[in-house]
Formats: sequence, C-alpha cells, structure tokens
Amino acid sequence: MISTAVANLNDAVMGRTAPSVHPPSLSLFPAPYRVVDRRVETADVVTISLEPEEGRPPAFQPGQFNMVTAFGIGESAISISSAPGAVGPIEHTVRAVGPVTHALTTRPVGALVGVRGPFGSDWQMSDLAPHVLIVAGGIGLAPLRGVVRTLLSRPMAGDDRLLVLVGARSPDQLLFRAEFDQWRRAGAYVAPTVDVGAPGWDGRVDVVTSLLPTTPFDPARTVALVCGPEVMIRFTARALMDGGVPASRIRVSLERNMQCALGWCGHCQLGPLLLCRDGPVVDYSGVVAELLRERER
Amino acid sequence: MRSVQLADVVARHPLLAGLPSDAVASVAGCARMVAVAPGRLLLAEGDPADTFYLLRRGHVAIEAHDPGHGTMVIETVGPSQVVGWSWMIPPYRWRFDARAIDAVGAVAIDGLCLRTKAEADPALGYALLQRVTTILLDRLQAARIRLLDLYGRGQPQ
Repeated sequence: MISTAVANLNDAVMGRTAPSVHPPSLSLFPAPYRVVDRRVETADVVTISLEPEEGRPPAFQPGQFNMVTAFGIGESAISISSAPGAVGPIEHTVRAVGPVTHALTTRPVGALVGVRGPFGSDWQMSDLAPHVLIVAGGIGLAPLRGVVRTLLSRPMAGDDRLLVLVGARSPDQLLFRAEFDQWRRAGAYVAPTVDVGAPGWDGRVDVVTSLLPTTPFDPARTVALVCGPEVMIRFTARALMDGGVPASRIRVSLERNMQCALGWCGHCQLGPLLLCRDGPVVDYSGVVAELLRERER
Repeated sequence: MRSVQLADVVARHPLLAGLPSDAVASVAGCARMVAVAPGRLLLAEGDPADTFYLLRRGHVAIEAHDPGHGTMVIETVGPSQVVGWSWMIPPYRWRFDARAIDAVGAVAIDGLCLRTKAEADPALGYALLQRVTTILLDRLQAARIRLLDLYGRGQPQ
C-alpha cells in the first residue's frame, strides 16, 4: 500500500502518470505566482489577486481550491473566489486564522506566493436547477462568489432565479458586501443577515436559516449550494429538507485538514471520503449527513 | 365586510393557519389592522404588554438600549412573523422595544381580549398554545445557534 503510494508519488513528481482523479491538478510543487492586488474585505479577511510568473492560470470550476504557499511558513487550502474564465488574475479570499493565512493576508502587492491546483470537486454548474439557492455563512461566501458571478454573466431564462442568503457575525463581517447591490441589479435576490446588529444597520438580525421562509424559491425546482461553518451547514440542510428540498439537491462544501490535496495522505478523511479529492463539494446525502453528526473521538 | 376581510387575513397568518373557523372568528374579534410608519415603536420596554402583532409586510427590529453603547438590535422579524410574546405571561410587560424598520402592515391583537377568550375556551387556548410554542421553540433554537458564534471561529490554516 505504502509502496504503491510512493510509486504513485514518484510517478506524479516525474510527470509520468496521472492518478485516476483530477489529472490536471497533479501537482506537488507550487508554481510561483505574484500578488498583483490585495483588497481588504473585513478586519481579518483579504482578497489577494494572483498572476502566474509564467503562462496562464490553469482552468478551474467554482468550488475548487488551490494550495497556496506562504514561502517559509507553510501551505494552506484556499478556495478560489473569482469566476472561471474571467479576464485577469485569479482571486483567493483568505481569512487570517493561523500563521499561513495571516502571512497570505499580509503579503504586499508584488510579493511571490506559491500555488498548486486547482483541486477537488466543484459546484457542478452544468447540473443546476431553475432556482439556485445559495446559503453562505462567514467566509463560506468565498467559494460561492464564482457561482454568483458565473450565473449572473449568463442570460437568465424566464423563471430562473438566483437567490443568495448570507449570514455573518456582524455587519462589518459581511463578505463582498460592496458587491451585493451589483448582484441585485443583475437579477439576483440577495438577503444578508447578521447575528449582532450595529449602529446604522437596518438589515436583518437573525440566523441565516430564518431567511428561508420568506425567500422566493420553489423547493421542487431548487438546487441549494451551502457553505459555511459545519454547524451552520447542518442546521441549514435540515431547514432546507424540512422545507421540501431533497438531500440529493443540497450540495455543501466541507473543510478538513487538506495537506497533499491529492488524496494520498489521508489528513482530510471524512469517513469514506477524502475531501481534497472527493470534496470539498459533496451532496448532502445520507452518508455525509450522518458523518457530519458524528462526534470526533 | 370589514370583519370578514380581517378574519381572512387572520386565518392566513402562519400563527393561526389551520385553526377552525370559530377559533379564527374569536381571534379576529380581538384584532384590528394597523399601519406603522418607519421608525415608530410598536412596543416599548416596561410598558404593559397589551397588544401583539401579526406582521403582514415590513420589518421590525427588536431592540434593547444599553447605556453608553446605544441601541442594540437583538433580532429582526419580518412578514408572516409575530412581534410580542409577553402578553401571554405575567407580569404582562414588554421586555424589549420593537421598532418599525420600514413601513409595517400588521394585524394588532388585543392580548387581554385573547387571553380572556382562551381561558374561557380551553380548546382555543390549547390550539393557540401549540402554535405559539412551536414558534417560540424556533426562536429559542435560532437564539441558541447565534450563541454558538459560528462565524467567529475558524480552522487554523
């Protein structure tokens, strides 16, 4: 088993073969990318725009992630927050919660970082439904921003709807808040809510699931895309199912300790799944729902 | 005609949907339609809890004033939701302010009137209590989720 893995690793490093999953992403070595822009989103979240030193960024799909290296410190799995096919640099929205992400959020324009990827499954943009319901909490909106931008760049058919529900701790923690009006003008229904209000905030103060009863979607014609803290995902999935959306049409993005990102090291295992390879986007089917209720031992 | 429309509106509100028509008529007998301008208080902390509201349109902020920190919005409620629970439980005084965020249309229900009817008619009282308890449970669970401070945490990366 180990020898097979080592052989695969050697082959991969030498570029001789590709594993059965995600052959385009078979990369153990980060490519140098330059920070060409950085935009402070909230007190601890920064969007960095990256361009490769050579060539163009590899193609990706919304929901996939890259392993981004802060040289000398470490590597972290970061969702891609830009839309595929967009002109310009690739964007990653990073929340500073540890040494690597802190370093990435403070890298100045012109600095080099490492990027390998893209990795993992995506939101399956080719298999949506007339009503696309996005439910995002906190930094969870980052991997869904590409979905929003992609859908809004396409002509919407008669009854197509894009509904974006966003939860955050407080108004100043709402991610991409400056883009909400732009999304609304393009046809999306956008409803933010916060846990704790603040002076000047006249929007909703409540949990994100409280928005569901008044959100204009038809459960029978909806695909729900959910990303946020795992507890929020559980509560949201339950509320969606109570509202008539079947588990098979609820897709969630899960986070674990991604290390190799190639499905070899096992750090990101969730039951039978290796989330770097089989995720991060998975259907909220029986096995996932059960696994999310499991307590760590 | 007016009372028929009011009964229809009351019957369609999620709090009362499915109630028998005589129960709806009882509730409607304690109800009136109101419009509240943005910024106006529906309830004021410490005042007698004599009226509660079934929201039809608009949003209401449940607020508390914290000296030195100003007014904090604890929760917002919107169409199809209910503003005010303290009319049910002694000492029948509001614990928070409730302020219209935008133009609010609601059914205002006289709490004393409804309590009196509910005590005289246990079937009505039980049906109301079941509905109110369901909503209170939802609100309690939502408050518990917010206590988790979900978005304040993150995986070290």
